[in-house]
Amino acid sequence: MATRSKKQSDQKITKLAVLAVGGQGGGVLTNWITDVAERNGYLAQSTSVAGVAQRTGATIYYVEMCPDTGRRPVFALSPAQGDVDILIAAELMEAGRAVMRGFVTPDRTTLIASAHRIAAVSEKIEPGDGRADGPTVHENARQAASRYVAFDMEKIAVEAGSMISASLFGALAGSGALPFARESYEETIRASGRGVKASLAAFGMAYDRATGVAAPDAAEPAAGSAGKDVSVRGPDRLVAEWRRLAGRAGAYPEPVAAMALAGLRKVVDYQDLAYGADYLDRVDEALALDDAGRGHALSTAAAKHVANAMCYDDILRVADLKTRTAREARIRREMSVGDSNVLQVTEYFHPRIEEVCGTLPAGLGRFIESRPGLAKWIDRRINRGRRIRTDSLTGFGALWVIGTLRPWRRGLLRHQVETAHLQRWYALALDTARRDYALGVEILNCRRLIKGYSDTHMRAHSKFDRVLSGLPLLEGRADAADWLRRLREAALKDEKGDMLDGALKTVATLEAA
Amino acid sequence: MAERSFVKEVEKLRLGAGETFHGEGILAITKALLQSGVGYVGGYQGAPISHLMDVLADAQDILGELGVHYEASASEATATAMLAASVHYPIRGACAFKSAVGLNVASDALANLASGGVTGGALIIVGEDYGEGSSIMQERSHPFAMKSQVWLLDPRANLPSIVQAVEDGFELSEVSNTPVMLMVRIRSCHVSGSFETKDNRRPTMTVAEALETPRRDTNRIVLPPASFLHEKEKVEKRMPQAVEFIRSRKINEFFGPQGGKSGIILQGGMYNAVIRALQRLGLADVYGETDVPLYVLNAVYPLIDDEVIAFCEDKETVLIVEEGQPNYLEQAIASMMHKAALDTRILGKEMLPMAGEYTGQVMLDGISAYLRAHAPQMLAAQFLAPNASGENALAADLAKVVPGRPPGFCTGCPERPIFAATKLIEQELGPHHIASDIGCHLFSIMPPFELGATTMGYGLGPASASAFNAPDAKRRSISFVGDGGFWHNGLTSSIGNAVFNQNDGVIVIVDNYYSAATGGQDILSSRADNRSKSTQHPITDAVKGMGVKWIRHIDRTYDVNKVRAALREALTTEEKGPKVIVASSECMLNRQRREKPLAAKAIAGGERVVKPRFGVDEDVCTGDHACMRLSGCPSLSVKTLDDPLRDDPVASIDHTCVGCGNCGEVAEAAVLCPSFYRADVVHNPGRWDRFMDGVRRGVTHFLQSRREKRRLTFIEA
Repeated sequence: MATRSKKQSDQKITKLAVLAVGGQGGGVLTNWITDVAERNGYLAQSTSVAGVAQRTGATIYYVEMCPDTGRRPVFALSPAQGDVDILIAAELMEAGRAVMRGFVTPDRTTLIASAHRIAAVSEKIEPGDGRADGPTVHENARQAASRYVAFDMEKIAVEAGSMISASLFGALAGSGALPFARESYEETIRASGRGVKASLAAFGMAYDRATGVAAPDAAEPAAGSAGKDVSVRGPDRLVAEWRRLAGRAGAYPEPVAAMALAGLRKVVDYQDLAYGADYLDRVDEALALDDAGRGHALSTAAAKHVANAMCYDDILRVADLKTRTAREARIRREMSVGDSNVLQVTEYFHPRIEEVCGTLPAGLGRFIESRPGLAKWIDRRINRGRRIRTDSLTGFGALWVIGTLRPWRRGLLRHQVETAHLQRWYALALDTARRDYALGVEILNCRRLIKGYSDTHMRAHSKFDRVLSGLPLLEGRADAADWLRRLREAALKDEKGDMLDGALKTVATLEAA
Repeated sequence: MAERSFVKEVEKLRLGAGETFHGEGILAITKALLQSGVGYVGGYQGAPISHLMDVLADAQDILGELGVHYEASASEATATAMLAASVHYPIRGACAFKSAVGLNVASDALANLASGGVTGGALIIVGEDYGEGSSIMQERSHPFAMKSQVWLLDPRANLPSIVQAVEDGFELSEVSNTPVMLMVRIRSCHVSGSFETKDNRRPTMTVAEALETPRRDTNRIVLPPASFLHEKEKVEKRMPQAVEFIRSRKINEFFGPQGGKSGIILQGGMYNAVIRALQRLGLADVYGETDVPLYVLNAVYPLIDDEVIAFCEDKETVLIVEEGQPNYLEQAIASMMHKAALDTRILGKEMLPMAGEYTGQVMLDGISAYLRAHAPQMLAAQFLAPNASGENALAADLAKVVPGRPPGFCTGCPERPIFAATKLIEQELGPHHIASDIGCHLFSIMPPFELGATTMGYGLGPASASAFNAPDAKRRSISFVGDGGFWHNGLTSSIGNAVFNQNDGVIVIVDNYYSAATGGQDILSSRADNRSKSTQHPITDAVKGMGVKWIRHIDRTYDVNKVRAALREALTTEEKGPKVIVASSECMLNRQRREKPLAAKAIAGGERVVKPRFGVDEDVCTGDHACMRLSGCPSLSVKTLDDPLRDDPVASIDHTCVGCGNCGEVAEAAVLCPSFYRADVVHNPGRWDRFMDGVRRGVTHFLQSRREKRRLTFIEA
């Protein structure tokens, strides 16, 4: 009978796994890691799973290494839970996946993760905000790992004109998790022979970040912060009038003031100063019903959503935005257009009779709309995709001319339709707020549902109506606001509103109960 | 041109006696074939064998120098049928393909080959695609060996063992006149390592020599009465020869102490994982010195009864480590114990799961459960009563957060707009029965498209919709097949069948110029010039030749409107018979690989180059994400704006965009928002470009400043 003999050799196998998204260059990184190990007198073995399954999907590379003593160690071919020394995650959610799969354990695992996000398809297709919660992953990763090295390595790579494999490699070197000198890592990059300079730059920056030499990124501005500096430019008369309006908004109690200032900028930029004054009049209505005890939730929501409602998306706005200097500058910056390059810009439009009628004087627009035969006849002539080159004189000119219609916007059909809708919704919200403050706030928040153009816009309106159709069932209940919020959130989950229909059914049974 | 080039690495195939090869498993296999004096090789791509085919293609010169014929077979059946060259001639031949799917396709040829038997060594290298990362149904190759009576090697996953198995495999095949299957698992194909090389050998007989001196032997042909004799010969002659060879050559290995009350019998491919589990239990060291006796089956079929019995007879219990199901080895060994009247208890699937990959954790759990129950004295205290809190407490928390990330269409994939158009036509004409096929286009079943109800095999998409041929129905079926599947067998099984049976359905052939899912290998309709293969055979010609009358060819799939119009016509036309749409655009992965270096060189050389990329006007985008529900492109994502008025993130296109056009086309076709724009950056613009740019910018700046001077402009610091 074999008795217990604890097999112990002096050698230990170091186990390293790389979790990446297909297409990130995990193979290059894996080759570099085996190369640097071999340079340092180690035997190393790498494995991967190639094939269609890794196209843009989550994928794993695995390396084992051990000092070369002249004998061949037996390496495993895939990582095992609780048995990984170094885990490199090339994206934040992949770090989360590594923890979930048990590859990160507090007794031994150094977790090196790039903190950037590559949204999965499921996160992108929600009509609302379907993105996964990053902080939860960071928190769990910190708990799970023996050491957690996380920063945005993609940004470093892009800045250096390289790929993330280089900055991940730098972070690995900087983490000191492997007993190899920095120079040997750099030798490996040099020996690979392609894009060496950029790779070394990314490697160096990430190395410094991982060792703590370089300062971490300034905290990302939190979404919804209103504290940005905005200056205004224009004719003196307008600037003076702007200051007066801005002063009026600034005198609101916080947090209404910050929101109202942002809203005011938006509506003035959209139309004119008089429109801005209308906006503030509307916010005043909410403010009159509000009080500090409730944190001014009603008027803050009003300041936000009334601004959005007043700035509905019409052709005038699109034409205006697309012909501005700031826009051209932004494209040139984002596309890295140098002075020696020429930039050509193509816009994609698809006008339909609805948009045309909306842009006509209200009477004429209604005249056409009320004659389906005529509307169809016109639609056949205009309803198709149109590509407009805004770098050309004709294309730019056409949009610029549409932009000149702005002063007449108030007389156009679309404006009347939108204003009527706004007034109905706003009156309903404020009216309700008098009886049920929280419910009023939630009705205001439902404006978030209205977005998109054409069919998407219509679907959004239908969801908005369906959510509000729950109101009669809810009014009077103590938890009415909560239910309305739930209905709205359900509506933002999927395109057709299946979740919303389910939630509405639940609301119907509430009533029965 | 394949996705991955081995041009540099194949030089290692020239290494001679006593030198050391460093590299990947697939290259080692190729080197082993050359060292064994192989006369011809072929195969069909598919992970993990794709790269082996790429290595062979890139090694054509070296193969040619040695007089080795190389073929990129039309299918796995073709590849296996090719081994008929070893039936009468003493030529060693090898073919390679993915399994179990490849063996399913090849089994007709395999059965015929196995019946008559071979003279020259015939080796079938099957890449077992089981477990993580696999894209196929989970099945084993093992039963194919059993039913056709061919021998199955499953060597330990390290390069020396795999190389040895290739060499042994040829000899085994010749000694027993039987084709031999060599199984390599997905990770061993890509495992890195080293081994000592031998000189390459020219084949003892080349295919040219065989052609010039033809031979035949009626007894080797599958037709009665010979076929009845073959069946007897298999068990009476060939099997005993194989058993004798495996025993005398010590193909199977024993590790650890002799004797002991417990032991493990394992497939060679499981060895590394078993040793790792033993290392973690303190029962093996880094070098594989083990306290638990191991009997490693590098040949899993046939089994060597007396070796098994000798290993088991002094043991109380033996654990069989056999990945996948059914548990053929366990059944066979238990039966041996019974016949030999041994009371050794055979354990297997009680300790390890019946189905699924034997990962590190599964192996550790299984082996420790076995040892705890049957050899507790071997285990240190901490393993006897393991902490029950092995549960990963964080997993539950994260499972709610971390999104799944299944594979999908690449950035700029030309198949995306085809499915965007299909989704749009369904919005117009209602949902249809959609049959999918094997290939990248199968990603259509995933979000955001969620199109496709079944997949029945390579090239069988339209065939799998063939029952849905009801002239009185108000809707037609739509089926997809890729160019790879089309040439693999779709032309006959799907198109020919639809013509013959007067199927009224719509067939979309996705033509991306390559066998793209497997890594961009050339096929008949590839547009590239291939130095040794005949390409540029249009799919439309083949379909016409098959007798299809209604054909529409779309030569730019990114034209979503056109694809949708073709689908609309196909679904509504009065015309009878199959409606075939051939949708062609080059695989973007391969196109970028080809064009990117050329463009970079041209820009550096001062040539005029236009580089397109898409962008989103974030102040126009309302954040409804309708565009993403028709795309799913990795470069089109969401981002949060620094704007307190916005609740939802807006669309954003990152620097990886290749300017394929899908975003703009979809926005146009689906009447989405006007926030997309295409920015064409002209590098090294000519004089005319610059002159016109100057004029245009002069005028537009004049207009812009005229307007902006009269209004308020807000400037963010």
